[in-house]
Amino acid sequence: MTRPTLAQQLARQGISRRAFLKFCAATASMMALPPTMAPAIAEALGKRTRPSIIWLSFQECTGCTESLTRSHSPTVENLIFDLISLDYHHTLQAAAGEAAELAREQAMEEGGYLVLVDGSIPVADGGVYSTIAGMTNLDMLAHTVKDAAAVVAIGTCAAFGGIPKADPNPTGAKSVAALMADGSIASKPLINVSGCPPIPVVITGVLAHYLTFGTVPELDDLGRPRAYFGDSIHDRCYRRPFYDAGKFAKTFDDEGARKGWCLYELGCKGPTTHNACATAKWNMGTSFPIESGHGCIGCSEPDFWDAGSFYKPLSAATGDLSGLAGGAIAAGAVAGAAAGLYARSQKHKAAASREKMTVDDLKD
Amino acid sequence: MEFLNWVRGPGLEYATVIFLVGILMRFLEMWLIGRKPDLSRPRASASRAGWRAVWRRSLPSEGLMKNSPLVMIAGYVFHIGFLLVLLFYVPHIHFFKDVLGFGWSGLPTPVINFLSILTIAALVALLIHRLIDPVRRFLSTSQDYIVWAVTTLPVVTGYMAMHMDVMPYTTMLALHILSVEILMVVFPFTKLMHAFTFAVSRYYNGAAMGRKGVQL
Repeated sequence: MTRPTLAQQLARQGISRRAFLKFCAATASMMALPPTMAPAIAEALGKRTRPSIIWLSFQECTGCTESLTRSHSPTVENLIFDLISLDYHHTLQAAAGEAAELAREQAMEEGGYLVLVDGSIPVADGGVYSTIAGMTNLDMLAHTVKDAAAVVAIGTCAAFGGIPKADPNPTGAKSVAALMADGSIASKPLINVSGCPPIPVVITGVLAHYLTFGTVPELDDLGRPRAYFGDSIHDRCYRRPFYDAGKFAKTFDDEGARKGWCLYELGCKGPTTHNACATAKWNMGTSFPIESGHGCIGCSEPDFWDAGSFYKPLSAATGDLSGLAGGAIAAGAVAGAAAGLYARSQKHKAAASREKMTVDDLKD
Repeated sequence: MEFLNWVRGPGLEYATVIFLVGILMRFLEMWLIGRKPDLSRPRASASRAGWRAVWRRSLPSEGLMKNSPLVMIAGYVFHIGFLLVLLFYVPHIHFFKDVLGFGWSGLPTPVINFLSILTIAALVALLIHRLIDPVRRFLSTSQDYIVWAVTTLPVVTGYMAMHMDVMPYTTMLALHILSVEILMVVFPFTKLMHAFTFAVSRYYNGAAMGRKGVQL
């Protein structure tokens, strides 16, 4: 049986062509493509059959799935996602046990499928810290990625290791990219869609791009699509004029905070965080964290959990320097005393070895 | 980001330890080597003359403006500019507040901006002068150039980081903090120590002379 195209599926589910084109136009603008690309996207997407998608969940909290499924429901984005043949997804699939694993095996038979990964992969102690159906996460990922067309790392854990990789990383958690780099799994085109969780439209946008063009979008140095991760939160923040004017909230409930001034001094990581929160926003485009008065925590960046307190300004040290200073001063005192006493003994030695001048010396 | 996390975390910790241990070591070494007791009867107050020398020698010496106006003006501009930017840029104050437990009010960003440009211009002028003037060039050692570089880099990288549109902020901020760490590591073991020892040596000379009755 031939699979229905996306356009046919949409028509069957009562999604108008107008609504579909609107989605395509929004996607085009999100991807920083000219609006004239919208019909091309619509045409390409409409003709596609449902590509098989295998969603693997490893050391994760299901927040990425929650972000995608719960945020706007039901929306065109969700439906597009439903219309992709999602053949394996722990949380969403009806099948369980052997039937579930069988679904994954069957989806893999055809090859050319897309693998979506959320969660990091533990490799310490033979990968025993997370197993599914008796398989370690690493084995399952290696097996599934082998014949994949491309891999999308959904969320900061899959993209950069995230919270499981945070110091001291007891499970030896690694990102998909790290495993590709060290040869533990096959190297395939990889797109990192970071965020804790990522923005739903960013996930669907990246998939739409891939389905439309059949290629990986332009990526930044961390493997994230430039269209969504090109600007920092600070670049696009509506509070940026207050930063430029030097107006900062000093506490979360002072006058500055009420007036919506910049949260830099309260630890906002917006200047070093690249994501689309300030433009795409959350909860159906309602707002993003800074709009509700909390600084950015930098969740879409590598090692954000180890970047010091969320409430310390970026210019402050992440560690406890004042605690360290006490030890350093004590060590300096000891080292200084030793060096000083050595210098003193050298001085005395030099003085002792001096020859006394006598009148006879002057006679020559 | 990993680079930034390193310079804000372990990098800064290493630099702080080396900086503090180094400074303390140098001071204790100087102090413990000891001085011969001066048994003569003082002709005037040694401490008064000492403190006077500390203050007096911070002022431009007579004829300096006529003989070497560039060294005088650029020298004062970059020393004062550097200190003001270091101590009164608001994000810097937050750094100190985090370490010391107390803060102070800062200067407006446009003022800091202006001071940074002045400081950089003065440092560049002094380097050119050092390179062009045959006597100064002859007297310069490699340490002079190293010290110039480690002093100038934090100001330049800081200025570039402040203007977030020029370069990616994450990279610039990390480079800025790294340049400060290099300065901190080099500081105790080069002539940069004068930032602390200037007062000690001036006092020592002033007191020794004052005791003998020399009018300073």
